[in-house]
Amino acid sequence: MTSELSRTIVLWCPDWPILAACHERELDPGQPIALIESQLVFACSAAARRDGVTRGLKLREAQYRSPTVVVLDYDAALDARIFEPVVRRVEETVPGVQLIRPGSLAMRARGPTRYYGGEDAAAAALLATVAELGVPGARVGIADGPFAAEQAARAATASPVGIVAPGASAAFIAPLPVGLVTDTRTTTLLNRLGVRTLGEFAELPREDVRRRFGAAGAFAHDRAAGREQARVIARTPPPEFSVQQEFEPPLDRVDQLAFAFRVLAEEFIERMRAVRLVCTGIRVELDDEGGGHSSRSWLHPQWFTPADVVDRVRWQLQGAGTASGLASPIVRLRVVPERIDSTGNHEEGLWGGGPDERVHHGLTRVQSMLGHEGVVTATIGGGRMLTDRQVLVPWGDRAPERPNDAPWPGSLPALAPASVFRERLPIALQGAGGVTVTIDGRGAITTTPEVFAVHGGKPAPVRAWAGPWPVVERWWDPERAKRMHRFQIVDDDGCAWLLVRDDEGWWAEARYD
Amino acid sequence: MTAPLTTDSPAPARLERVEELQARISGMQATRLDSKAVPTHPAFESVLPGGTLREGTVVQVEGSTTLLMALLATPSASGRWVAVVGLPDFGVEAAARFGIALDRLVLVPDPGGQWLTVVAALADVIPMVAVRPVGRVSPAEASRLSARLRQRGSTLLVAGEWPGSDARLGLEESQWQGLERGHGHLREREVVVSAAGRGGFGRRARSRLRLPDRSLGFAIAGEALPLPERARTRPTRVEPEWAEPVPLGDIERRATG
Repeated sequence: MTSELSRTIVLWCPDWPILAACHERELDPGQPIALIESQLVFACSAAARRDGVTRGLKLREAQYRSPTVVVLDYDAALDARIFEPVVRRVEETVPGVQLIRPGSLAMRARGPTRYYGGEDAAAAALLATVAELGVPGARVGIADGPFAAEQAARAATASPVGIVAPGASAAFIAPLPVGLVTDTRTTTLLNRLGVRTLGEFAELPREDVRRRFGAAGAFAHDRAAGREQARVIARTPPPEFSVQQEFEPPLDRVDQLAFAFRVLAEEFIERMRAVRLVCTGIRVELDDEGGGHSSRSWLHPQWFTPADVVDRVRWQLQGAGTASGLASPIVRLRVVPERIDSTGNHEEGLWGGGPDERVHHGLTRVQSMLGHEGVVTATIGGGRMLTDRQVLVPWGDRAPERPNDAPWPGSLPALAPASVFRERLPIALQGAGGVTVTIDGRGAITTTPEVFAVHGGKPAPVRAWAGPWPVVERWWDPERAKRMHRFQIVDDDGCAWLLVRDDEGWWAEARYD
Repeated sequence: MTAPLTTDSPAPARLERVEELQARISGMQATRLDSKAVPTHPAFESVLPGGTLREGTVVQVEGSTTLLMALLATPSASGRWVAVVGLPDFGVEAAARFGIALDRLVLVPDPGGQWLTVVAALADVIPMVAVRPVGRVSPAEASRLSARLRQRGSTLLVAGEWPGSDARLGLEESQWQGLERGHGHLREREVVVSAAGRGGFGRRARSRLRLPDRSLGFAIAGEALPLPERARTRPTRVEPEWAEPVPLGDIERRATG
């Protein structure tokens, strides 16, 4: 297709990842912030850029250049999620919008230009729309083709609108560096050949470029010459599944709120079911009267039913306040589907889903009685202390991925105690004559243990003992450092204990019963 | 139902006989006709009445979490789900090492006052449930739950008191090996597990087990112990001189077969 390029508008929000991260974490975008992806700077705020931080810098180097920089992990899903309301709002102003990436939108210029009476007016309308949403510093570029329009938006520094006259796009992009259209390897090669700008690249014979650089090179060449064949492909707005409910007057009781939300939960699931979708992950957002905001993702091992959604809302509320009342009354509740899947992937087998499905239903029932954390599954993680090693995950949540094949010097040998106390029991261990056994600086005991007593219990003789076995954790961190000594003893009843001596005294960590 | 007793035996022997018969009757009442065996570690064969755990029964396990784990391990390894209610100190790592599959283990550490409801809800779907009761259970509640267990074919292990349990296991002695005065470390333990049948009747057995043994398994240690009581005969074995009434033998054959 060699038809004339259509005029294109590009709306660009600079530093969108930074804005999104600030919005989520309620930070000030004016301070130095860097988003990190695999130990390299992915994006940085204007203040960080002033300090010399650039994209692709190593984290350590960035921290060296800007000591006050706030370092956050880059989250691509967050970008898209925060941008979604912007896209929806822009679609109301100008229909037929293409999402280039979170932060950049392209649309055809013809319709809006005619509707608003001129390209300037259309650009002003777009900027007003975005400004209404509180996005600072957005820019608009209008040119022939999306690439030129985006460059026009980026080049517009004096005013927020950059317009390149029709037919002048090739001349406009000619002085720009060639790296904008080619990958790093090709750019290096072209630079070594003396081709530095898009204009110089466009002057090369088209056939030669295709022979030397293949289809990708030919595509880049077309872009550089302003012959880009890409057109704006407007997206079909996806159906809106999220539901929101406002409470007037605000509700402050969990059961009241859960009851009020029940109808909407039905509707939420029914709307998805109507288009043959199931939801396997939701996000519950709560706003309270005091301006507080709580937001949490919930996963489901199968898919959500309306009752499950209500349960999740209730658990989140229970987590926020006391058993029945809340710290602050809730004014707004919003449920957003995070993971949606086709029902086809979740069909029940012809003979039912097997026993595990029954187990799931039973456990969900118990969970709705006791709360989300009431029913847990266990995995074994790494660590030296026994309570660290058992990782309890509420039913339905995904277990954290923790490698447990590390050696953990200082952990116990193969025989594990059958009872591990959640709270260590205070005990007394004494030598002959009622002297408490202590451990000196060299890690030796002062007297041999003879008498053992659980706190408040009757003292009994010690039949056998071994220790001390030192455990030293995080000695480099003065706040979380732990230094203790472990003992195994067998008491007079033939019951074995795992004891711990630390700075505070003697404790029973576990019992071999 | 009267058993034909020989009239010429002396009085103490007759009393003995009556006791034995009572034990047999209650033993048979406990064993339902269609109750199926749950795979149980072979070390418990001489301890448990009938040789294995059975579906729909309640077994009291007193004084040892390791014993509880040993009873749960083999059913778990055979693919059953296991739930543990009200034992916040249940050592997950030990459970995994003794062979309980963690991906089929569900813990409800703090069921609070609703523990009986929780146990009933779990027993509907999970074939092995272990619980530590909070407070006393009334016999009415216990029998309601038993009916539910029988209907669902679940087995309940109780770490505590339970009215009308089908069997009762406990530790009598415990002897750790490997740990000396000042050196060594815990390696294995020899225990004497005592068992009593329904309502204290039935077979009383004592058996010396290694719990755990050196390789983190369970094993029988040495010979069977001399029993303090006379009830050494298996209640399911039919002795010729008093097995005359046909229906009784019939029931027994079905129960054991």
